[in-house]
Amino acid sequence: MTDIDGKKTAGAFDIRNVIGALLALYGVILLATAAFHSDAPKGTNNSDNWWGGIALLVVGLAFLAWARMRPIVVEER
Amino acid sequence: MYALTLIQASWIDYLIIALYFAFVLGIGILASRGVSDSVDFFLSGRSLPAWVTGLAFISANLGAVEIMGMSANGAQYGLPSVHYFWIGAIPAMLFLGVVMMPFYYGSKVRSVPEFMLRRFGPAAHLVNAISFAIAQLLIAGINLYLLGSIVHALLGWPLWVALIVAAAIVLSYITLGGLKAAIYNEVLQFFVIVAALTPLTVIGLHRVGGWSGLTDKITAAAAQGHGSTAAQQLNSWPGTDLTGFSSDFLSVVGIVFGLGFVLSFGYWTTNFVEVQRAMASQSITAARTTPIIGAFPKIFIPFITIIPGMIAAVLVTEIGKVKAGGSVAGGSSGDGVTFNDSLIYMMRDLLPNGLLGIAITGLLAAFMAGMAANISAFNTVLSYDLWEHYVVRDREDSYYLAIGRYATVFATVVAIFTASLASNFSNIMNYLQTLFGFFNAPLFATFILGMFWKRMTAAAGAVGLVAGTLSAVVVAFLSKDAFGSWSTGALNLSGQGASFVAAGTAFVVDIVLSVVVSLVTRPKPDSELVGLVYSETPKESLVDADAAGYPWFRRPVPLAGCALVIVIVLNVIF
Repeated sequence: MTDIDGKKTAGAFDIRNVIGALLALYGVILLATAAFHSDAPKGTNNSDNWWGGIALLVVGLAFLAWARMRPIVVEER
Repeated sequence: MYALTLIQASWIDYLIIALYFAFVLGIGILASRGVSDSVDFFLSGRSLPAWVTGLAFISANLGAVEIMGMSANGAQYGLPSVHYFWIGAIPAMLFLGVVMMPFYYGSKVRSVPEFMLRRFGPAAHLVNAISFAIAQLLIAGINLYLLGSIVHALLGWPLWVALIVAAAIVLSYITLGGLKAAIYNEVLQFFVIVAALTPLTVIGLHRVGGWSGLTDKITAAAAQGHGSTAAQQLNSWPGTDLTGFSSDFLSVVGIVFGLGFVLSFGYWTTNFVEVQRAMASQSITAARTTPIIGAFPKIFIPFITIIPGMIAAVLVTEIGKVKAGGSVAGGSSGDGVTFNDSLIYMMRDLLPNGLLGIAITGLLAAFMAGMAANISAFNTVLSYDLWEHYVVRDREDSYYLAIGRYATVFATVVAIFTASLASNFSNIMNYLQTLFGFFNAPLFATFILGMFWKRMTAAAGAVGLVAGTLSAVVVAFLSKDAFGSWSTGALNLSGQGASFVAAGTAFVVDIVLSVVVSLVTRPKPDSELVGLVYSETPKESLVDADAAGYPWFRRPVPLAGCALVIVIVLNVIF
């Protein structure tokens, strides 16, 4: 499965890349919000974004890594 | 006062929402490149791996009606609401995967009603296909209405703008990419919904002082007469509050047979919205594994839906007042706060900008998941089952593909109109359960009898189905409140208990009449029942030849056993 030379892989069509990209982007946005955003609705805590951001980034990167390590090979029809 | 929105969203939240919709439409466009014929469009070319269809299977059911309804149940009843998952879903999902899926997938039918046609002929098929199609339109409308009212409450958009924008987005990705786009989006939605609800649960539990803090606060509130007794709210059994039965014994029987057997088997094993996801998978083993893989996340969803509801009842002032029997103006509907607003108030009180955006996205995603699932199932049944068999026959494939796309547009427009119907019902779950009782309970009886008793005749299929559905309607009319003010109250049944009894009646009436009618009419010859009835189907065609060589976690039966053990353990703990 690791040898993908000369074979067509699903690439952007692989749903894991889509999930990974979206979750990782969300993670980055939350981390940036935690770092730079100063106001939050009354009673809420902006620092909660640190935890959410880290968790999303890790899960997102895990999906990207999974798709990279076990790519879907498209069979030529 | 109400001119202001419930939640203060900032540009960060809008960015997160916009990013999601860019991805959703992107998937529609990507998926459309792979659509070349109608099997691609309707069944996704039967090419998807089991984990994708398994998550889509759950996600199709994880609409916002479910999420908000379950957190509402959590706020109102507490822990007994878990029965909707552990009793009311898991056993039926496992049964679908282990027992029924080989017939659906192996007989190569393209929809659940088509199985009905092959087994019982046109009368039963028409009843099933038409009732299913209408139910989908209704449910899509309910989803859309809720979506509109949430967007209105959260972001301040006028209701009609929210309805049309949401409908347009769902429409564009389904017409572009068909079932594949719907399924891919459902998988994406699943993760966004989990990412939306998990922080709410974790932060909420942190605020109330963990699980022990939550139980202490619920106990204290119950002592002041908020809701039912603490013992009722903090133990899943016997759940008399939920069923409305006064006797513990009857309540347990009602939950196990009414919810756990008749309602849930009827829903999960015959509902084409769900089964369609499994039919899109790449092999019979993948199809069987689909609902079983879906069962695992399903087991844990109550922790991120029911628990936030329970927290809301003690943490959110407005929900606490409602539970104490008071009324609070405002709420997402504008006519006063209800338990259905629990999640929204939790979002307001707990989530900072950023996490808030993800939570709003998750809710929007959930609405679209529900609506897209209904519409993609509707267009398949309309084109394959109704149009191709009864309206215009024997045309080329591209013709039916076009009909499927028109059906999608039609369904979306109808859903916008149906959306206004949904506003007349206060308890969303009750309304949905009522519908399930009518359509699904007799269906399951007919299917299971038809799959295992070859003597059952075509006439029996049609008679059982019609009489079963009608008997459920009659019970609902005689109950106290299943149809709101239209119910006469002749039977002392209310709440979910009325739905359980209506569904149970439908099931029994269907079985009895099917047997009686079968014995006086002529059965189909055995040769026509191959692939449809257990005794006439070669055993090797019900499994993959190479499936025995798979590791245990890819085989349906060991996986199902594993899920069953987890559910039993959870029932013992809670």
